[in-house]
Order: sequence, then structure tokens, then C-alpha cells
Amino acid sequence: MKLINLQGVTKRYQSGEVSVTALKSVDVEIDTRSFVTFIGPSGSGKSTLLNLIGCLDKPSQGKVFINNVDVGLFNRTEAAAFRGKTIGFVFQNFNLIPVLTVYENVEYPLLMLDRLPPKERRDRILQLLEKVGMTDQKDKYPNQISGGQKQRVAVARALVTNPQIVLADEPTANLDHATAFKVINIMHEMKNAFGTTFIFSTHDPKIVGEAEILYTLEDGMITHREIKNKQ
Amino acid sequence: MGNLLKISIRNLFRYKRRTLLTSSLIAFGVVLVIVFGGLAISFKTQMVGILINTSLGDLQIHKRGYVESIDNLPLNVTLSTTELVTVEQKLKSMPEVAAYSPRIKFGAMISNYAQTSNVRLSGIYPEMENGTCPDLIKRIKGNVPDPSRFVKPGEILVPENLMKGLSLQAGNEVVLIATNKEGSVNGVTLRIAAVMENVFGPSGKDGYIHIQDAMTLLRMDQPEIVEVAVHLKKFSQLTNVSDELKQQLGAPSSPTEVHTWEQLSPFVSIARIVDLLIVVVKFILISIVLVSILNIMTMSVYERISEIGTIAAIGTPPSRILALFLVEGFSMGLLSTVAGTVVGLGVLWLMNVIKISFSFGGMNISLAPSIPASEVLWVVIIVMLVSVFASAQPAYKASKMEPVDALGHV
Repeated sequence: MKLINLQGVTKRYQSGEVSVTALKSVDVEIDTRSFVTFIGPSGSGKSTLLNLIGCLDKPSQGKVFINNVDVGLFNRTEAAAFRGKTIGFVFQNFNLIPVLTVYENVEYPLLMLDRLPPKERRDRILQLLEKVGMTDQKDKYPNQISGGQKQRVAVARALVTNPQIVLADEPTANLDHATAFKVINIMHEMKNAFGTTFIFSTHDPKIVGEAEILYTLEDGMITHREIKNKQ
Repeated sequence: MGNLLKISIRNLFRYKRRTLLTSSLIAFGVVLVIVFGGLAISFKTQMVGILINTSLGDLQIHKRGYVESIDNLPLNVTLSTTELVTVEQKLKSMPEVAAYSPRIKFGAMISNYAQTSNVRLSGIYPEMENGTCPDLIKRIKGNVPDPSRFVKPGEILVPENLMKGLSLQAGNEVVLIATNKEGSVNGVTLRIAAVMENVFGPSGKDGYIHIQDAMTLLRMDQPEIVEVAVHLKKFSQLTNVSDELKQQLGAPSSPTEVHTWEQLSPFVSIARIVDLLIVVVKFILISIVLVSILNIMTMSVYERISEIGTIAAIGTPPSRILALFLVEGFSMGLLSTVAGTVVGLGVLWLMNVIKISFSFGGMNISLAPSIPASEVLWVVIIVMLVSVFASAQPAYKASKMEPVDALGHV
């Protein structure tokens, strides 16, 4: 059984009177513990694809199965519950909450979802902060740390609910190359440590080399699939 | 819930200055309600207390039809001996009744042998009147060695303005002339025992004489009682007692009628205006809270669209996002109310220490402002409810945002 299975997924957006097809009959299969990259130029449909896998949007046609469940049938509440349980997100702009410390940002999803008693919650947060190398910075606010550090915190936040899948939409876009590599390496380490499937999009060719499975998207279609088997 | 509250309070203090400004505005509204309410309630209570404890009693019983023509002080609408006995028996049987006082009220002419003026007189049993209107003796200027005998046969208590108008002094003799119900005119000479400050202001002309003198002046063989004023042990029992008395002595078929002080005193209109003003101030408070919370919560939602997208994306259900913003509004209301209540009660305490005294309609009022706990509770509850109500629309909007749109918001 595949962890993620997209069957003939098409996504159309209506912008005024103009209909834009962002994805055209896309088929994708992703196994557990994968490290998958979607590459393509801006407007190729990478973000749309991640949104559909992340249950943030619904396909116009076709089906999206996660754990063999058709997530397109979820209502908003069911989709939210599914995301909280199964999926973590890392955003291009980090999306950390400015008034919360590093520790509190990582804690936030657990508070919102009422997960774990306080002691276990604290242990889990500290474990993750240690894994991403942010323990020393845990009491700092987002404006007191660098972009790379912010993204490491975002990775910890994505993993804190122990999801099966972490989706990262251009997670290195706002980082310099050295920092970008560090963040990708951390994601690799997290995948190996927790068995999480990481799916990220990028248009940075230098980051592409870090992928295990690489999909190339052009004009809403998958034009190339490559298995690199990097561990 | 604890986590929601924690996050909500943190969110509120993101923009400290804005939160403090809005809280201050709401707190000011709460202070306004508490202080104004405390002053107004205190003023009203004092006024009512003075009226019922110096003049009216808590309620009065008359011969049916008397109150309709009360301004004329008619002497032919009086309680018969049997009716008076019935009234007295009923009052004595009620444990809530502390005292009662039968009165003969009539109009007369008062003369100092050179000048004459008109006066309204109450012929009373002083010991019964003192029990029914215990503060009456406080309005007597002069030495009152025995409160239960503040006016003796042969004496009169003359209102202050008549004393001045007729150039009278305590100890002087005056002549009272009155017409009885048969139209017969009679006169008696009485000695001024003391001066009576008038409850009803400088235009009032109410004096007191002993009931025996009233009977002599009006040529009565038996006291023809015009009204019976009743004083209750507890003012709070007024409604229950008046209902019971009205049922037994004030029924349409009964020869007597029962009226509470509210039905007899023109001050009720002032009391109602005071009540209305309190309602207006409360309405202002509600408006302040509504506009302030609605404004701050709407701004908060629009400023945090991307964040709403983030928390929705990480799996926060719409109902919890709704709750988050509602709790924020509620917390804002709660913090403001607590601050406003503390400051408001502090101001009232300060006013009690300072003592505010003034004269109103011939009455010296010394305000001891206080506000009933129920009023404070009302303010707290209404601010909380309005806070949640005002947060509802922004919170609903936040909960309805599609995460994918919210995340894309710049």
C-alpha cells in the first residue's frame, strides 16, 4: 500500500472569467519513509500539488489517497483533524509566530491540538530542538535568530505532532546555499530518525541533488521521475 | 481550554499598547458605571430613606377615595372607628410591621396676632409617630429631651419658613384657625415648641400638633383618622406586605385603600429619572465594549491572516480557531472588567472616606456611595457577554478562512 497515491488529479482555478489549469491529470505514488522532491519553474504546479497532498485544497478531478483514504471527501473539520494527525508543514517564509519564543513556536501545534500532557510535551519539544540544534536558542524570539535557524525551528514544529508526512513548499527559497543544505540535511536526518516522509518543492537545481525521488513538473504535468536512492 | 486561554492572552499582549488602550477604554466605562451607579443609588436610597423615615412611612392606609383628593386635605374622607380598629388589628397581627401612626391631616390658618398664613398640619400621637418616622425628630431644630413626646398637648412644631415669615421664635404663642368637616370654624392657641425643617423644601408648610389639639380644633368627639402611616421592620419586605395589605384592606370592595410611598411621593419621578440615567450609562458602557472589542478583534484577524492559515494548516479545526478568537475577546473583556471594577470600587471607597455632602430640596444629603454586589455582577456579566458577542463576527470570519488562501495572503 502506498502512503500517497494521486490518480489523474487535475486542478483548475477560476480567476474572474479565466480558468487556469494548474495540474493536468497527474499521477503520483509515494511510499513511506521517502524523501521526495518536486522541481519545476514557477507556475508549474508544485505548490498546488503539495496543497492537494496536504489536504489544504481539493482536486477538480481525480482522487488523492493518503493511507488509502480519499482525502478529497473530507469536509473542513475532517481535513483539519487529518492534517493535525498525519501531516506537518514547513513554509517558505517559515511562518513562525513572532511573539512566541522558539520553544513556544514548537509547542504551539501541541497546544492547539491539545496533544500530550505537559511533561511529555516538554520532553518532546526539547528532543526535537536538540535534533535540529536549536536547544541553546529556545528562549529567543524569531527576530533574534537567522533564516536558517528559523527554518530549523519550522522543521521541529512540523515534526512535533509526530506526523507521517512533512510537506515543505520551497523551504530553502529564502536561505543561502550553505544554510539551505544544512536545512535539507536536517530534514534527511529527521526522516531517518523518525521515519517521516518528507516531500518538498524547489526550483533550486543545487538542492535537487539531495532528493531521493525527484519529480519534474512543467505546465501542470509530471514530465520526469527519477529515483536517486540517496540515504 | 487552559491552552486556549494561555494562547489568547499571549496574542492579546502582542500589541501591548493597543491592548492597553482598548482595555483602558473599557475599564473607564466600567468605572463610569460603578461610580455613577454607586452615587445614583446612594442618592436615591438616601432620598427615599429621608422621605419614608421623616414623613411618609413605608406605606399608608386611607379611607377609599382620599388619595384622589389628597391635595385638598379633605376631612370628610376619614376612617370610621370600626375601620380604624380593623386596620389596627391587621397591622398588629403582622410581624413585618414595626410601627404605625394614625394621623389627622388638615389645613389651617396660623396667626401671630399680627400676620396670618396658611399651614398644613398633622395631628399625631407623638410616640406612635416617632416609631413610624424615626428620623422626624432629627429635623426638629431645638432640644428634644424625649423623642416619644416631641410634641405635647398645647404645643406646635412650626415649619421653618413660616417661623421666618411670621417672625416667630420658639416659646411664642400662635393661634390656629381651622374649619371642620361641618364647616364650623374654631381656633386654639398653642405654644411653639420647636422649629421643623421641612422635608419637602422651602415651599413646604407642614407642622405638627398633638392629636388631642387637632380634635379640639376640629371639634371631634372621637379621633377621625385620615391616614395611617406604616413603618416596616425591613424595607425589602415592602412589596410582600403591601400586597398582603392590599388584598385584605385595599380590595375594591373594601372601604379602605393602601398605597406605598412610591404611589404617594412625587420623588418617584426623580427616582425613575435616576434609574433611567443609570440605564443610559450602562448603554454607553455596552456601546464602548461593543465597538472596542469589535474593532480590536477585526484588526487582529486581518493582521493575522497568514498565521490563521498556518494554524489551520497544522490541523487546528475551525471550531478551535473560532474559540481562540472568542476567548481573546472574552479575555480582553475580563481583564478590562477586573481593572475597571477594582478602580471603580476604589473610587467609591475614596468617596466614602472624603464624604460628599450637599443640600437637595431642603434636605441635607450625605452620600455614602456604594453599589450592590448584584449591580457589579451585572456589569461583569454584561461586559463578558458583549465581549464575546463583539468577537463573534471576527472569530467566525477567521474560522471560515480557507487555509490555502490564508497562507497565500501577503
